[in-house]
Amino acid sequence: APAMAEKLGLGRAALPEEIAAWDLDVSPDGTGLPAGSGSVEDGEMLFAEHCAICHGDFAEGVDNWPKLAGGKGTLADKDPLKTVGSYWPYLSTAWDYVNRSMPFGNAQTLSADDTYAIVAYILYSNDLVEDDFVLSDENFLDVEMPNAGGFIVDDREATEAHFWTSEPCMEDCKDTVEITMRAAVLDVTPEEIGTEA
Amino acid sequence: MSESSPKKAPSRRQFLTGAAAAGAGAVAAGAARAAGPDPLITDVQDWARATGEGVDATPYGLPIEFESDVVRRNVEWLTADTISSINFTPIHALDGTITPQGCAFERHHSGAIELRKDDYRLMINGLVDTPLVFTYGDLERFPRENRVYFCECAANTGMEWAGAQLNGAQFTHGMIHNMEYSGVPLRSLLQEAGVKPEGKWVYVEGADASSNGRSIPLEKAMDDVMVAFKANGEALRKEHGYPVRLVVPGWEGNMWVKWLRRVEVMEGPVESREETSKYTDTLANGTSRKWTWVMDAKSVVTSPSPQAPIRHGPGPLVITGLAWSGRGAITGVDVSVDGGITWMPARLAAPGTDKALTRFYLDHNWDGSEMLLQSRAKDSTGYVQPTKAQLREVRGENSIYHNNCVQTWWVKENGEAENVEVS
Repeated sequence: APAMAEKLGLGRAALPEEIAAWDLDVSPDGTGLPAGSGSVEDGEMLFAEHCAICHGDFAEGVDNWPKLAGGKGTLADKDPLKTVGSYWPYLSTAWDYVNRSMPFGNAQTLSADDTYAIVAYILYSNDLVEDDFVLSDENFLDVEMPNAGGFIVDDREATEAHFWTSEPCMEDCKDTVEITMRAAVLDVTPEEIGTEA
Repeated sequence: MSESSPKKAPSRRQFLTGAAAAGAGAVAAGAARAAGPDPLITDVQDWARATGEGVDATPYGLPIEFESDVVRRNVEWLTADTISSINFTPIHALDGTITPQGCAFERHHSGAIELRKDDYRLMINGLVDTPLVFTYGDLERFPRENRVYFCECAANTGMEWAGAQLNGAQFTHGMIHNMEYSGVPLRSLLQEAGVKPEGKWVYVEGADASSNGRSIPLEKAMDDVMVAFKANGEALRKEHGYPVRLVVPGWEGNMWVKWLRRVEVMEGPVESREETSKYTDTLANGTSRKWTWVMDAKSVVTSPSPQAPIRHGPGPLVITGLAWSGRGAITGVDVSVDGGITWMPARLAAPGTDKALTRFYLDHNWDGSEMLLQSRAKDSTGYVQPTKAQLREVRGENSIYHNNCVQTWWVKENGEAENVEVS
């Protein structure tokens, strides 16, 4: 255990206004949520204005941009579609991330009510609420996220305990070796010539 | 990292230019061995007659132009844009363990921002006796330490889960760098604020628009996490978090928050976007692991490799590569030239150190026949780097992150190498 260090007296006390400006994170139990509300209806307009160019009119995603809706029940598929509805365990994360880091390239421009409305619209796009739904700090924890129970804490030391082997094989470790896959067949590696210095 | 299907990229390999260069090299080498005298020796060359550049020509130098292929590269189809994206360290061309900062990989979520030291502020708040604000100058007055650690992106080798895909160690294993950091222990800053007994986690975030917020257990924060402002002797590069970043030894690169602006002591984890939607590892049955922080033992042969073919023909061959583990020090690396039937202990250039890259060599006499080159790392906890089949058996193919499988290069008789999977 580290020894109790002497304080050096460096730095100065943070002011309440400063903490309020930067401490925006929202936890799964709703801690950090500001008072406010927003409807699916308002969210649809805000989404069309601020989000749809990348994420699609129905949050279904455009080109390679993230899909925010869909993918229900695909997590065990060969190609799972992981969205807010199909994958995200907590609604707090959606609110927090949209509020702090979206729209991409123009972050921290949404009001609290805007964020509630946009998150309500994302829920609606995932068929998790009706079109007359209004999300607020009061009913926030009532929303059930389908994959809330879908996560386990890192269990590698138990499930991969056989990777800890004191004496790995050094000779005659297998009878034959065959090439089963080749990257050159896919051929998706970038060209190397003509790179600028 | 996007999970969408790869698009076709320009098709011809470097092999073409590589082969041409190999041919030219062979001619030159042949000439040196030929009966006639070598004009590079018998004729006085320009550089032996005239003068070179003065000491005022280059206040801060870049590598010589002949090394212009030793650069970061990106793979366009991996992400929707280049702002929230990744590029790759040219590990195939480097040696030793220290990564030159100028070609050390980048991973941003809202681009590399420009943050002056004068504008820099670091806040410590939450469950502390006194929430504090530090300037950059304040940080330089705390007792300092120097440590060498690797920073490996959780997604390194992630494109290879379903098969052999990208052809080159830079692309399959290059989301990594290894630097000597100078900075202060995060513990010192937390102690300055005074952590309350209820504090069990810290939430750390950057000054950029993405914020990249992550939750870290207090135990780790008080152990070896550093608030770093120098790397490899000089200020951090802009793209690596100038002026201040977090160094989280042994743990996935995403947690090494750049442009660090706030550390909040909390009772529980925030479960932010970067630890729910991303950096969670989906298993075959559809459940997902969260908080997979440690990077397990891993290695790769960097040469020969697809971007570093053998150009000198049979005879003495240096097989070399890198090994590392987030759980401790590398204690040994075995190399196979026959796809894992037989293994030979490689030589470590220096004893492995905690959570840092280790260089290995196998001094080989190549008979010119095909090889299936592999390396297998072992760390101080007794963990042995698994095969991809072993990993898939536990995890399936959709984990995206934490692929530390044994890599195979198929070295052909002409010296070219290809990324393959073997049975």
